[in-house]
Amino acid sequence: MNEALWALGRGTGVVSLALFTVSVLLGILNRSGRPLFTLPRFSVALVHRNVALLATAFLAIHLVTLFGDSYAQLRLVDFVVPFLGAAKPFWLGLGTLAVDLMLAIVITALLRGVVGVRVFKAVHWLTYLMWPVALLHSIGNGTDVGQTWFIAFAATCSIAVVAALVWRLSRGFIEYQNVRVERAS
Amino acid sequence: MNLRTPEARGPAAALLHIDWTRCDGRGLCTEILPELLARDDWGYPLAYGYGSAGAGSNVPVPDTLLAAAADAVSLCPRQALTLVDP
Ligand code: HEM
Ligand code: SF4
Repeated sequence: MNEALWALGRGTGVVSLALFTVSVLLGILNRSGRPLFTLPRFSVALVHRNVALLATAFLAIHLVTLFGDSYAQLRLVDFVVPFLGAAKPFWLGLGTLAVDLMLAIVITALLRGVVGVRVFKAVHWLTYLMWPVALLHSIGNGTDVGQTWFIAFAATCSIAVVAALVWRLSRGFIEYQNVRVERAS
Repeated sequence: MNLRTPEARGPAAALLHIDWTRCDGRGLCTEILPELLARDDWGYPLAYGYGSAGAGSNVPVPDTLLAAAADAVSLCPRQALTLVDP
């Protein structure tokens, strides 16, 4: 039973990271104001949200299953307060930190209309902290780090996010940026 | 049916208010309300049938487009849209 929980805990962790990666990519695309091939802009926005919610659901299973794992020795406080863990406290703490950030990001995003644009945007920027923290947690805490498939997976996610970031910071990232800049000057 | 003139769209059930200090011309609303809104040269929404100035900050929305307008309000990434009474 323990073995099964452990396997499920690892599997859901990997799926969650994959989904968060996709959500980050879609969030950046959303910010650019561009459609995705034939997928219109409002669909990009909706898929971005839904993938993030799905990632959150997998993250929840990840936490619950590993709570039952005797090696990880998790206490409830480890789900909320980082760096207090019994085994690998630093790497586990990064995971806890990512969960805290993720909760803040998802809750303020869903309650956008209530908290207002400023709070939403400010908290949403924490995504750029949350994603690398979650990745480091998976590398530092994971049992599968030595495996080729995991290395390939982590590398693929990293390359995708770094590429998206480079695009995010490039000129012409925003759909009408070039027109707006040209006409204004 | 071509709804691209105010006359064809009929009486306003609500006004779609665009807060220009927030709108960043992302074009989600123009996709959701293609009968009502085009994009100007800079990507900002421009209501059909009112000439090059558009309908300004308050676009009359007919009954048939009310549900779509509500979707646009909730999906605008900048929370620039609200529905107000005509
Ligand atoms: C759960 C509900 C969520 C909703 C409703 C939501 C909504 C949004 C919206 C509306 C934008 C566009 C902001 C703008 O254009 O100004 C955005 C951008 C973005 N989102 Fe989310 N989001 C959610 C969760 C997440 C999560 C969990 C992540 C991280 C994995 C994430 C990552 C991003 C990123 C990276 C951007 C681009 C930010 C930028 O560079 O300005 N989102 N999101
Ligand atoms: S969806 Fe919002 S930001 Fe985008 S063009 Fe319409 S009003 Fe402006």
